Amino acid sequence: MRRAAPWIAVAALAAVPLLGIGKYPLHLLIMILLWSFVYTSWSLMGRFGLVSFGHGAFMGIGAYVVTMLWNHYGLTPWLGIPLGIALAVAVAVLIGYPCFRFRITGHYFALVTLALTEVARLVIVALRDQTGGSLGVTPKTALAGGESFSLYALQFADKAAFFYIALVCWLGALWVWRRVDRSMARYAMEAISQEEDAAASVGVNVTRTKLAITVLSAAMTALGGALYGQYQLYVNPDTVSGIGISLQIVFAVIAGGMYVQLGPTVGAVFTLLLAEGLRIAVGHDVHGLDTFIYGALLVIFIIYMPNGILGRILERWGRRGAAARAAAPAGSPG
Amino acid sequence: MLELRGVSAGYGAFQALFDVSLKVDAGEAVAVIGPNGAGKTTLLRVISKLVGSTAGEILMEGRRLNDVEPHRVIELGIAHAPENRRLFPRLTVEENLRMGAFVPAARARFGERLESVYALFPRLKERRSQLAGTMSGGEQQMCAIARGLMSQPKLLLLDEPSAGLAPVIVQRIFEVVHRIRDEGYTVLIVEQNVQQVLKVVDRAYLLEVGRIKASGRAAELAASADIRRAYVGL
Amino acid sequence: MEIFDVFLLEAVLNGLLFGGVLALLALGLNLVFGVIDVVWICYAELMMIGMYTVYFLYTVYKLPLIVAFAAGILVVSVCGVLLHVLVIRPVLNTEPINQLLVTGGVLFFLQAAATLAFGVQFRNLGLSLPSLELGEIFLPYSRIYAALTALVAMVVLYLFLKKTYLGTAIRAISQDRQIMPLMGVSPGRIYVITSAIGGGLAGLGACLLVLQYDVHPAIGLTFGPITFLICVLGGLGNMVGGFVAAFIFAQFISVGGFLLHIEWGYVMAFVFFIVMMFIRPQGLLGGKQ
Repeated sequence: MRRAAPWIAVAALAAVPLLGIGKYPLHLLIMILLWSFVYTSWSLMGRFGLVSFGHGAFMGIGAYVVTMLWNHYGLTPWLGIPLGIALAVAVAVLIGYPCFRFRITGHYFALVTLALTEVARLVIVALRDQTGGSLGVTPKTALAGGESFSLYALQFADKAAFFYIALVCWLGALWVWRRVDRSMARYAMEAISQEEDAAASVGVNVTRTKLAITVLSAAMTALGGALYGQYQLYVNPDTVSGIGISLQIVFAVIAGGMYVQLGPTVGAVFTLLLAEGLRIAVGHDVHGLDTFIYGALLVIFIIYMPNGILGRILERWGRRGAAARAAAPAGSPG
Repeated sequence: MLELRGVSAGYGAFQALFDVSLKVDAGEAVAVIGPNGAGKTTLLRVISKLVGSTAGEILMEGRRLNDVEPHRVIELGIAHAPENRRLFPRLTVEENLRMGAFVPAARARFGERLESVYALFPRLKERRSQLAGTMSGGEQQMCAIARGLMSQPKLLLLDEPSAGLAPVIVQRIFEVVHRIRDEGYTVLIVEQNVQQVLKVVDRAYLLEVGRIKASGRAAELAASADIRRAYVGL
Repeated sequence: MEIFDVFLLEAVLNGLLFGGVLALLALGLNLVFGVIDVVWICYAELMMIGMYTVYFLYTVYKLPLIVAFAAGILVVSVCGVLLHVLVIRPVLNTEPINQLLVTGGVLFFLQAAATLAFGVQFRNLGLSLPSLELGEIFLPYSRIYAALTALVAMVVLYLFLKKTYLGTAIRAISQDRQIMPLMGVSPGRIYVITSAIGGGLAGLGACLLVLQYDVHPAIGLTFGPITFLICVLGGLGNMVGGFVAAFIFAQFISVGGFLLHIEWGYVMAFVFFIVMMFIRPQGLLGGKQ
């Protein structure tokens, strides 16, 4: 029965658009799924101590490459997305390889990635003739003639389609997370994050392992950025790149729980519902109120709950159920 | 001058000292010997309050140390030259010595203290502007001891000064300890090099697995079978 | 060709002056980040507080500029101490990344607080300082003051760290925190004092920045990342290195911005940083750790 529970949940989720829940809640769900996808991708690196402040760059690359190729050359996102991912991967390798090779870790690594995300944002703004600069850009619509969707343009008038795309991606991210968790790479990474030299001395190819995780994380994040652009039909350097986004990603994952499979998802739910909740409670968009609370909560979380909400809950459950589950097989998620 | 009564201490769940009692009188040189892991370093750290004690009393000139904050211990006249030297590697020799004289009383007489310490350690005077981390092990140890002396302590704690040093240097170190002794300092020295240390101290305690197993005058201990066992056990 | 050269020269000279400003900003951060190894990602936001303080005291309460400056420095100094005691101290013994994250939260918090309290408008002191005219070259006095102040501050800080007991203790604590009590130094006290000085320097930077730039809630994002990169590029804790790095950065920004768009100037500076990190991770003048 426990094995079946996740599948039932997925089926229930898949059925949601069919329940006619209305556009706005559906929109929220899509955002939650998309951001969970991005956050989970980030946490592949974060959980092993590779805290990156540069994922805004990958999202930005994904979003802008796809949109630019479509707007300027009419290139279908089906090709644009792989190209965007390829560029993100190239950047990840370009920055990652020297970092790992020269053992740049911890907050020095974070600072290099921070420089990276700012470079990405600045380049986007500087290329204002092509990208629209700070004002952002909208992918040209392929639905002008009243069609409900265009597979070629990867645009859908009906949110339900995006819901399923986001759902699939999210599930994919969870699957990848699980695979990494179970692989030798996981043990290698944990060894590395604790004591690099020792890990290297037992034959762990430190550079290659870190690079692999980084490439994976970057590729997925770029995909997330591209899908975000296709869904919102608007991209802007500050919403998909730059230090703001990077910090947002980090905060959400910390809040939800960095070391747990569903942690980033909980973080997405938490932050999005917080923003929406505040908007409803206050009645209108009070500039900065949600960030104000985010900031305070991030501080509180790091000090009192470094394992995040989900982590803390699991800890409690773990303690209570430890005796009862002493003989249980190691099959639970996270 | 210094008295420990029934002191126990440890690190978290791990207890390193069990009910240790000892004393050091003014003008004496006392050694604490014992094998690896006996708790010798912990003992000194408990006295200088780097580590808290879980039971017992520590008295310095009749004053309880239990409630004294770690950074005030030196004001009571206890200076500690920690194990592994622990110099500030990117400060010069003289800056390290300056740190040793940080407390107001020593600061006021810094010039005088510096001269006195350089007289004991002429090698250090030559290297006064050298970065401490670039010196040899022996020189660093000299510097660490010198730093401890800068505050003109009533009691100097020396933690394994001979550790990791070549025999020739070790010889020199113990000569220095002897000279310090002669200058009138009271010294409590923790050592693994039993043979050498017993030649320079008046009394010694044998610490094994956190407990005092034996004590007595240095000459007696040097001859005893217990010590031979501890010595061989190294 | 003549005119082109003169404007290029102006860009270079302005770059030098801008370097002075950046160097001043980096000074405080270098002390906190470089010397006692504490990460204040929200350093620029502390500066923002200083800038708002000076702005309000001067324009709204009509206090003399010098009083506003003094208050600004004091306020940010206190903020530095509060930051350390409330936010840094609880996580000081955990991984350093936590400091980065927790001050990241403060960054959000302060930016948002400023937005809620003061709105997003750009605010200007309304002072219009003249420029030094050298032929066809204009060098704003505000920048000259900033550069000179940075120089003086650097010298004072250097002497403080080298020649005083407290300064030596501050340098020592980053090398071996655990044995500080043996010297009679309370590590906690040193951290607080350093935080106060670091905050004060940020406040000083704020005073000079507010002469040249409008203050608004997001101004931290303009100066924050670059201040960090300067410190790291120069070699953490190395005041002279920070100075040199600030000037290099400023040249990239000024000349790059002159030749192309201003953003490209920043891009070049950041790319330079990334490349330098690969070539020399300990920074230009950084020693081996």
